[in-house]
Amino acid sequence: MVDAAQDTPGYNLVTIGEHKINIRPAVKEDLPNVVALDDRTTGLRKPDYWDDLFTRFGNRKDLRFFLIAEEGDTLLGCIFGEVRSWEFNSVPCGWVGTVSVEPNLRMGGIGSVLYKEICRCFRKAGVTKIRTMIPRDATDLMSFFRAQGMMAGPFIQLETDMEEGA
Amino acid sequence: MMSLQKATLFALYAVLELAEDTDRQLSASEIAERYNISTNHLAKVLRDLGRAGLVESVRGAGGGYRFCGNAKRTTLLDVVQLFEEVGTGPSSGIVQETNAGAALSQVMDEIEEITYATLLSISIDTMLKLMRKRRPEKPTSTGLFRAV
Repeated sequence: MVDAAQDTPGYNLVTIGEHKINIRPAVKEDLPNVVALDDRTTGLRKPDYWDDLFTRFGNRKDLRFFLIAEEGDTLLGCIFGEVRSWEFNSVPCGWVGTVSVEPNLRMGGIGSVLYKEICRCFRKAGVTKIRTMIPRDATDLMSFFRAQGMMAGPFIQLETDMEEGA
Repeated sequence: MMSLQKATLFALYAVLELAEDTDRQLSASEIAERYNISTNHLAKVLRDLGRAGLVESVRGAGGGYRFCGNAKRTTLLDVVQLFEEVGTGPSSGIVQETNAGAALSQVMDEIEEITYATLLSISIDTMLKLMRKRRPEKPTSTGLFRAV
């Protein structure tokens, strides 16, 4: 399914069926399409969020990665993640912040291609473990990451409502 | 802490075994021998799986059962829930009306919710990938999970 067209992690040309899908780091001009994709996916329009995220992720090629998948000029999906190591006793790992694919193209392999490509970026950055955190009820997303081989890790997310004065 | 009932476990064995090769037909006794489990019990479980549309029986010489579900869409929860309830609310036996009972119930519910989410998120296709990753496939006539 995947033909590595370029050796540089973050760049790839992938064939899925008859579709030639280009993977590359996001550029500023992609943001309107990314915002629209997010809107179609989540029902929330968040241009400021994506602009901020691009500022933090899009310009950092070493530890932060914001990749998009496109066919021709059409955005099909995106993924971002970073190398982080701030959790308790956590060695550096690749952390996937989000992955998003055009709703009517899901389960077609685009998300997997994006995931594999960001893994290549993480490996180049020197990490061998990849993590993410998703809501328990985000079934599709959870199934997607499970299908990539992810299992429950050694961390459990905890939270509480802060009491008055805490 | 969650332990699967026998029928559930047998169903999962059968579904995973048959889904590994959807062209292959296996009889109840062939699967039962492989996992060292009761053929009669498995046959009943296979009938339940058939009614749920996950396996179909093929008649005639060389007949048996084969997987006919959608491995990418069918989750572990789909199979488990055919035979037992998961995530059905407060743990049985805990006295909800006491503070200790309510607190215990909260913890047990948390465990139950994680169990539910886990089973719901893992498809048969994902399980097959896990199986291939864990061991190179080789035919064997001995029980794979037999205690030694």
